[in-house]
Amino acid sequence: MAKPLSEAVSSVDASFDQLNRDWYIDKIVQALVFIGGISAIVFIIGIFVFISKEGFGFLVGEFNFKEFFFSPNWRPTSESNQTFGILALVAGTASVTGLAMLIAIPFSLGAAIFIAEFASGKTREFLKVTVELLAAIPSVVWGFIGLAIMNPIIIETFNVPVGLNVLNAGVILGLMAAPIMTSIAEDALKAVPDRYREAAEAMGATRWQVIYKVVLPAAKNGLLGAVLLGVGRGFGETMAVLMATGHSINIPTSVFDSVRALTATIAAELGETAAGSPHYQALFTIGIFLFVITFIINLAADLIVRGIRKG
Amino acid sequence: MFEATQLNQKNQFKQKLFRAGLGTMTGILILPVVLILSTLIYKGAPVISFEFLFTSPTNGMTAGGIFPALLGTVLLVIVALLASVPLGVAAAIYLSEYAPDNWTTRAINLAIINLAGVPSIVHALFGVGAFVIFFKFGTSILAASLTLAIMTLPVVIVATRESLQAVPMAFREACWNMGATRWQTIRRVVLPNAITGILTGVILEVSRTAGETAPIMFTGAAFFLPLLPQGVLDQTMAMSLHLFVVSTQVPGMPEQLPFGVALVLISMVLLMNSLSIALRMYLRGKKKW
Amino acid sequence: MVKLGVRDLAIRYGTETAIEGVSFDIHEHEIFGIIGPANAGKTSFLKAVNRMDVFNPEMKVEGDITFNNVNVRNVRNVYGLRRRIGVVFPLPVGLPLSIYDNVALAPRLAGQKNKAELDIIVERCLTRAALWDEVKDRLSSLGSMLSGGQQQRLTIARALSQDPEMLMLDEFSIAVDPVTTMRIEDVLKELRQEVTIILVTNLVQQARRLADRTAFFLDGGCVEVGVTEDLFTGEVKDQRTRDYVEGRFG
Repeated sequence: MAKPLSEAVSSVDASFDQLNRDWYIDKIVQALVFIGGISAIVFIIGIFVFISKEGFGFLVGEFNFKEFFFSPNWRPTSESNQTFGILALVAGTASVTGLAMLIAIPFSLGAAIFIAEFASGKTREFLKVTVELLAAIPSVVWGFIGLAIMNPIIIETFNVPVGLNVLNAGVILGLMAAPIMTSIAEDALKAVPDRYREAAEAMGATRWQVIYKVVLPAAKNGLLGAVLLGVGRGFGETMAVLMATGHSINIPTSVFDSVRALTATIAAELGETAAGSPHYQALFTIGIFLFVITFIINLAADLIVRGIRKG
Repeated sequence: MFEATQLNQKNQFKQKLFRAGLGTMTGILILPVVLILSTLIYKGAPVISFEFLFTSPTNGMTAGGIFPALLGTVLLVIVALLASVPLGVAAAIYLSEYAPDNWTTRAINLAIINLAGVPSIVHALFGVGAFVIFFKFGTSILAASLTLAIMTLPVVIVATRESLQAVPMAFREACWNMGATRWQTIRRVVLPNAITGILTGVILEVSRTAGETAPIMFTGAAFFLPLLPQGVLDQTMAMSLHLFVVSTQVPGMPEQLPFGVALVLISMVLLMNSLSIALRMYLRGKKKW
Repeated sequence: MVKLGVRDLAIRYGTETAIEGVSFDIHEHEIFGIIGPANAGKTSFLKAVNRMDVFNPEMKVEGDITFNNVNVRNVRNVYGLRRRIGVVFPLPVGLPLSIYDNVALAPRLAGQKNKAELDIIVERCLTRAALWDEVKDRLSSLGSMLSGGQQQRLTIARALSQDPEMLMLDEFSIAVDPVTTMRIEDVLKELRQEVTIILVTNLVQQARRLADRTAFFLDGGCVEVGVTEDLFTGEVKDQRTRDYVEGRFG
């Protein structure tokens, strides 16, 4: 302890420096909330660990890389020629997601621009609330809509025998993904500072020019993020796709073909398998594949979207 | 001097066209859904009655009511909330009040985004592998609810974190300067002002949980159960699964019944969501600083 | 008796140095003024004293600060330290609790539960902060919705409610009107008998009115410390002190 500059006698009074109940409670709470925080990491790792554990047998046993990824023959129940090729399933997922994005992207973008740039006050509130409610409709309800409403419409309008196909699921998935994409895109557009718009308008640009040449490029990271999120959603969607795509496992050649998606395959077949059988394990392996793909998509979306906050 | 020039008029016309075009696109996005919902109401409403909601199914599920499924959904939601809300609020408190800007925090945020983005069927697979098999809960309400809890955890975390972060830093600093510990500050000043926000997140979670099908299909929900569940280790029926099965797998199903089920389910979900939105708007009007 | 001892104190933010080589003692029951132009490190000094620097990872403190002869830089219970030191910053903050709860917060944290006792404390602190008359009929209304000047007085009341050994005021009169400033200055003069006071101020006349001794901070260092009246009558050790006090720069 350094000596005081003045000569006065001083005493040490450290009565305030006691470790009391409040101090201990604070430390305990700190530990508890930290556990809460890392629980997210624990769970995501846990998901990967447990699905890998159940699929592991297939990976070290029957799994044949070339067959799994490149054969369109998914015949797990065949006794004579059991094959585990997911190409047709991937094609099913890709075709449905592709069609959905084809529909959703332009309309979400249009709606997002309308809500962010043109609507105001009550109209804007109303639209935002509507979009939020649309995004809340459960997947199984969408699947039901595909079955009970879209199905007859497609059969009638296009004169085809079966209405459960790529078109049905694609439209449904598009309608499902659009509200979420609209929300995120609208956030991205709103994040562009007003001074960009004001500067452009001061130079005489019309509303449309301001949007096309200034706002859209400035928001492109967020918009890209919205698209990626939509694709991720499409890839991972289960019930709606299960109910609306029909049940043929083949690579589609037209939108009127029935297909089967990866997610739907798991949902449709898991109940029929014996735990631990190669079929069971193969389904888990599809799960691993889905996990990895959506992980990459989410990671990419997050990095891109965070790019806008840095820039 | 300020008359509209010809170029100006052309531009204004293009403007109006552009605006109308975008408005139409927005309408196209919303209109089909409105039509679909109307069809649901039109075909499903006749089925709805007091009996429908509060009695059990009869005649091989092709007639009668949906009470066990409603009850099942309520049970699943309650257990899932019990598991996820405390954990989610704790995680959000950590992220908002304690977490330093380091790799662990970034990893936590990434994990939350991924938890929300993992396909629901993969959550189901996890539920089977972890809760049904490894922890030996078997197919049960417990396994299904825990699977749902992990799936909807991000909803609670994000809503709670946002409402905590909305409390200005100055309040915390004033408390710290007085010698209050972090927890005392959170308990007395921060958390009470974030409660309504947390509630909106919880209501949102309820609506998500009630609508999910895949995660409960193999972990605890079943279609045809003669008895109501007696405990958390029993299986249960659930609205979402009920809709799936009555619309795909029951022969001889009268056309209107599935519409009724769908209508009840979607009404529950939309009601919860509207409640959450209304609460948010109420919050915005009630300023405390 | 030395209440606060400062030895070779240096505060840095990253590569920038806010203050360096500062040493002085503050005696019990004195009003110690700190004057100097903006950004001279006065506020950083206060933050180092009550350990609020831990919340800023950029801020690095070197040297010793002793409170009651205990080194504050390595106490175990920081909260205990902060409870003994009340601080008022220039920005008024009314907590989003009732006015009553604002002032009762510190006593409650210290364990006081008796309603009658709390009533007494609340009235006493609000009176000393020159706020009681204006709010005595609405103690249950929100402290965060008061006017700026009222919130500043509420902040002072909260600091007083800690029953502190030392009170640090950082330019408290910025948010307060001149009449109220006078009333609070009178209170500070009385409080000196119970409490040691550090008064950071940019109003040199306020230092002259209140402070027994004053330190002059300039350009990252403490130029000198002396009896206040001496500094104002020209008996300075450093010419710059006289220049500042006479208003030649600010």
